[in-house]
Amino acid sequence: MAKEKIKITVDGQEIEACVGQSIMDACEAAGIYVPRLCDSDGLVPQGSCRVCSVKLNGRTVAGCTQPVEAGAVIENETAEILKYRQDLVRMLFHEGNHLCPICEASGRCELQAMAYRLGISETGQYPYLQPVRPLDASHPDIALDNNRCILCGRCIRASRDMDHKNVFEYVGRGIHKRIGVNADSLAETDVSLNDYAITRGVCPVGCIIRKGEGFFEPIGERKYDQGPISLATQHPDTRLIPVLQFDPCEDD
Amino acid sequence: MNHQQIVRDACQQYGNDPHRMLDILWKVQDELLCIDTQSMEWIAAQTGTYRVEVEGVVTFYAFFSTRPQGKIVIRLCEDIIDRYAGMGEIQKAFEAVLGIATGETTADGLFSLLLTPCIGMCDQVPAALINDTVVTKLTPAKVKSIIRILKKTQDPQQLVKKAGDGKNADPLVHAMVENNIRLSGDVLLCERSTDAGLKKALQLSPQAILDIIAASGLRGRGGAGFPTGTKWQLASSTEADERYIICNADEGEPGTFKDRVLLTEKPDLLFEGMTIAAHAVGSRHGILYLRAEYRYLRNYLEYVLQRRRQSGLLGESFDIRIQMGAGAYICGEESSLISSCEGLRGEPKNRPPFPVQSGYLGYPTVVNNVETFCNVPRILEQGAEWFSSIGTSKSAGTKLLSISGDCKRPGIYEVPMGQSIQQVLDMAGATDPAAVQIGGASGEMVGRSDFGRRLCFEDIATAGAIVVFSEQRNILEIVDYYLHFFIEESCGYCTPCRVGNVFLKKGIEKIINGLAEASDLEYLKDLSKTIIETSRCGLGHTSPNPVLSSMKSFPMVYAAMVKERPDGLQAGFNIQHALDESRIIAKRRSLIYDPNYDK
Repeated sequence: MAKEKIKITVDGQEIEACVGQSIMDACEAAGIYVPRLCDSDGLVPQGSCRVCSVKLNGRTVAGCTQPVEAGAVIENETAEILKYRQDLVRMLFHEGNHLCPICEASGRCELQAMAYRLGISETGQYPYLQPVRPLDASHPDIALDNNRCILCGRCIRASRDMDHKNVFEYVGRGIHKRIGVNADSLAETDVSLNDYAITRGVCPVGCIIRKGEGFFEPIGERKYDQGPISLATQHPDTRLIPVLQFDPCEDD
Repeated sequence: MNHQQIVRDACQQYGNDPHRMLDILWKVQDELLCIDTQSMEWIAAQTGTYRVEVEGVVTFYAFFSTRPQGKIVIRLCEDIIDRYAGMGEIQKAFEAVLGIATGETTADGLFSLLLTPCIGMCDQVPAALINDTVVTKLTPAKVKSIIRILKKTQDPQQLVKKAGDGKNADPLVHAMVENNIRLSGDVLLCERSTDAGLKKALQLSPQAILDIIAASGLRGRGGAGFPTGTKWQLASSTEADERYIICNADEGEPGTFKDRVLLTEKPDLLFEGMTIAAHAVGSRHGILYLRAEYRYLRNYLEYVLQRRRQSGLLGESFDIRIQMGAGAYICGEESSLISSCEGLRGEPKNRPPFPVQSGYLGYPTVVNNVETFCNVPRILEQGAEWFSSIGTSKSAGTKLLSISGDCKRPGIYEVPMGQSIQQVLDMAGATDPAAVQIGGASGEMVGRSDFGRRLCFEDIATAGAIVVFSEQRNILEIVDYYLHFFIEESCGYCTPCRVGNVFLKKGIEKIINGLAEASDLEYLKDLSKTIIETSRCGLGHTSPNPVLSSMKSFPMVYAAMVKERPDGLQAGFNIQHALDESRIIAKRRSLIYDPNYDK
């Protein structure tokens, strides 16, 4: 039996959605891109980066976790929403140490690509926090540069829900929050290059580094050299992604 | 007993249940003075979780430590009221007599000295927690004798020479805390016959109770003011095998201490209210989530629960357990509190589903404030009409106010809803109030022109914290402290609250340091808007309030600190400072701009 359909409006355009669907999924099914960083195909959405903020009947909500409502009026591409998204992406840049020219992920980095998409091309008024975060290069195949971490938690969910390993988890609180590993160092965990969590593109930035293959694509041929980050390009690279989530649109 | 055995016993005491993680961690820390990675590994193995998950929980809560702490941990309250009452001198005195800096532990492993946000003793400042023992009205001279006694006895309870009033003197509490009840109203702090409301409720059908609560107009006393009857009705009408009643006693808003007094003097009223709620909603399980700072009340509360079990008021059909918090303001937010009860990091949950639909362990859950529950038996006893006749049309009943700061009579006042700020200030003997913080750090800072405003849901809704600041106080210093508080207490889940609050504080610091320009004020408003709009929970929705409300109420304070330079250069620009960053990155110094280049 097909699920109950409802109608919603996104930036004036009427689209069909399923009861129980998130705003982001409903938009996506209609070909409308809602920018996001912490959400990734197949992972349980958590609504932490807030880049997918949209207006739902005048209230700002996270598109990835907020369910649609019948007759909902959604604002996605308005000046106000764009401003919030720019602010949020800037906050992430200023919170960590994001030096694009020397970063291995440059050109395929979702944070960088998102900044370009949102029209951020110069520094703003926010202060740089310049944290000093430890590097974990203990593992023979994988390194972690936490300075570039944006706390999206995709690696946590990928490791937990796809790999069933729980290699990563949030530790600490507030501005001191960071990604911890399930041992004293990464080398002592059971992480491996074959893990989904280590798949290129699960980490949206250059925090999880696969050793021995840096700068593998020439400039000009990198993922976001081809065009801005979009519905078609923002997904992990190398595998078919098992969809974990319950899909409200699917027939029983 | 070896460490592993201690950890194993702690886990087994709670059935190796990961949902009881906070209880397990408390037990381990009490025995081993910290929860190190080895202990985390054992706990994980015992409870079927992962070490890093346990670490995630341990590092979330301020009262848990991964490094060994002293046998006696001194947590000095650093709230703004304590600061204005001389907390800085107390801190220096502790540091001097212990020979350590704040954050350190003495070489003999006996003492650790830490700072902590509001411990709910704003009416008897400066105050500190020494292990679970509350010490109040500190002076530098008292610090010396405190350490002398502690060195001799190693027992913080020996510091309580004279117990406070009321149940503070009960042997199971034995605290020097004073209730400071200045005004009792007709609903909460008056004398009454015990369990009269419950007796009445047990004769009524659940729906009849729900109707009475709805008709009374009772709204949540934690600040948000959600109609209690509606909340209960929603939980009651959700299909489920179990339902939970949780009392939020995680009173963490700086300047609030009313629940402390209710828990001390009216625990029966509270448990009676929870039992009525359980009867109305159809729940068999209650949880009292007690903030770590009020751990000194735990034995007494356990005793009251036990006494009620023996009288047949609790037991098979409904029982209550106490869940200790571990130092996290965010857990006052209802969905974070549920996370914490489940043994997780105290982070808010996505809504919908709302707790009344899917809360504790996925069951419909009613979370109400201590004061809200305490109103319930009185409504049953005296009737909905009686209750709604008190206060204003949209704000029925009385409100407990916790008044502190620059006034002659700090303490608890039970007043009908709708009193003006001026009336309240007069009662408390505030003779030269310049600014009043209504509702604690997340509330609103108002100036004299707003003293006619009324404390009720129609005007300024508040959980009851009223902090008075005299003309002697520096508005920007207060704002700066509250932002410090929010940075420390943000859970860090979402970007705007985690990062934005740090930027807000840096902006205020810039103003304090005289480096701000007019555009910086616009910047702060703009940043505040993004934080408020895009944050995930109430913490981020309210953390910019000190900035915005002080700008609105005290524009002259900001104007005086923001000056344009006559030469047209940016006031905030300092060539030496600007070069510092590059110098550090480049590990080189500037020949031209570094005056100490040759040195």
